[in-house]
Amino acid sequence: MNRFEYLEARTLPEAIATLGQEEGTRIVAGATDFLVRWRQGLWKPRSVLSIQHIPGLDRVNYTPATGLSLGSLVTIRTLELHPLIQQYYPALSQAATTFAGVQIRNLATVGGNICNASPSGDTLPALIAYGAECRLISSEGERLVPLENFFLGPGRTALRPAEILIELHLPPPPPHTGALYIKHSPRSAMDISTVGVASMVTLDGEDGVCREVRIALGAVAPTVIRARSAEALLRAQRLDVGLMEQAARTAMEDAQPIDDIRGTARHRRAIVEALTRRTLRSAVQIAQGINLPFRTQRALAVEAIL
Amino acid sequence: MKQALRLTINGEPYEVLAEPYWSLLDLLRDHLHLTGTKRGCDEGDCGACTVLIQGKTATSCMVLALDARDKEVITVEGLAQGNKLHPVQEAFVTYGGVQCGYCTPGLIMSAVGLLLENPHPTEEDVRFGIGGNLCRCTGYAKVVQAIMKAAEAMPAAGA
Repeated sequence: MNRFEYLEARTLPEAIATLGQEEGTRIVAGATDFLVRWRQGLWKPRSVLSIQHIPGLDRVNYTPATGLSLGSLVTIRTLELHPLIQQYYPALSQAATTFAGVQIRNLATVGGNICNASPSGDTLPALIAYGAECRLISSEGERLVPLENFFLGPGRTALRPAEILIELHLPPPPPHTGALYIKHSPRSAMDISTVGVASMVTLDGEDGVCREVRIALGAVAPTVIRARSAEALLRAQRLDVGLMEQAARTAMEDAQPIDDIRGTARHRRAIVEALTRRTLRSAVQIAQGINLPFRTQRALAVEAIL
Repeated sequence: MKQALRLTINGEPYEVLAEPYWSLLDLLRDHLHLTGTKRGCDEGDCGACTVLIQGKTATSCMVLALDARDKEVITVEGLAQGNKLHPVQEAFVTYGGVQCGYCTPGLIMSAVGLLLENPHPTEEDVRFGIGGNLCRCTGYAKVVQAIMKAAEAMPAAGA
């Protein structure tokens, strides 16, 4: 068993300095991914640096003008239960309800889910569909990176050495916006997704054409990806059922899935088609003004075999 | 290197020396001999090791012991008042929510945590609330019934 030391940072400058000085140090927040991979022997750090006690990193802030700011230590449970997130970014709350169990959601953080960069990370498709940006800080200063450009591969991110993700920013949803996330997994709880799809649609008025659309696909490529050719079919068009079905078939080609224990590539493509179609149709209905209470939306979040 | 760790467990203050790589579960079971909390999968999947930290449920196998510094932890041993069981424990006994018993401490802690947040849950809320607890015996029906009955029996103020 690999043993490690435990370090603690109380301020951001302290965390950045420690990361720069101590080789083989891994940042931990909730530590729920860390402990699994450490026990499996996949990660062998010399030390862990807990950032849990840095003040302010667990803040949630929403204003209609600026949108939503989420500190990187905001827990998955907060994404699930926060009334303003449920109201303005319901697909994100919905995605949070599909994430492990309550006991893990109370510990795991949104920053951790992002920095671990799993292609099947449950919060990632919804965050990308809502246009999230990452605020990163290092000794050189701060930079903003769109979340969809943050992922380089499974477990690989754009973070530079001694750089820390401190905040996410989601723009305010324009009027006539709807979004939905659906996760397909073998079990209805405590499972990793076979495919997860989040779609966000903004219409030009209640019956207007599609002004903006983002479709994010999880677990069907080395990173969470946008279904860009599917989106291109929809932009500036009137979104009727036929067009959405065509976009869903196109999304199958945007996906680059692999065969693994949770499904074959062919099976995953078929699920991409179904989930893209369903998430688009619900997103459009919500954008058209249909009221979908959060409990109803929550019940749509997981499609399981068992 | 071991570090000093101060925390409160079931209302009692503890001061221990803990290795950086110990989980809270390692500390509770192997070093403080509070063995009511069970080790199931040791990877956060089964919920048998559920405890409350600051009133919220957590799988103690997924918490670094040193992260519990200055926190208040409640384990299944901390629920009963003397010889009087907690209403959730009482309901599990009365309604047959226990079979082999291995998952029971974790399920009870999840139920207590759920009722602290939501004293009047629907059946759907209960099923969502215990989604992180695996039980291979009961089929969950009697567990859900026990938690619903416990909610009825408890004063609205919670546990």
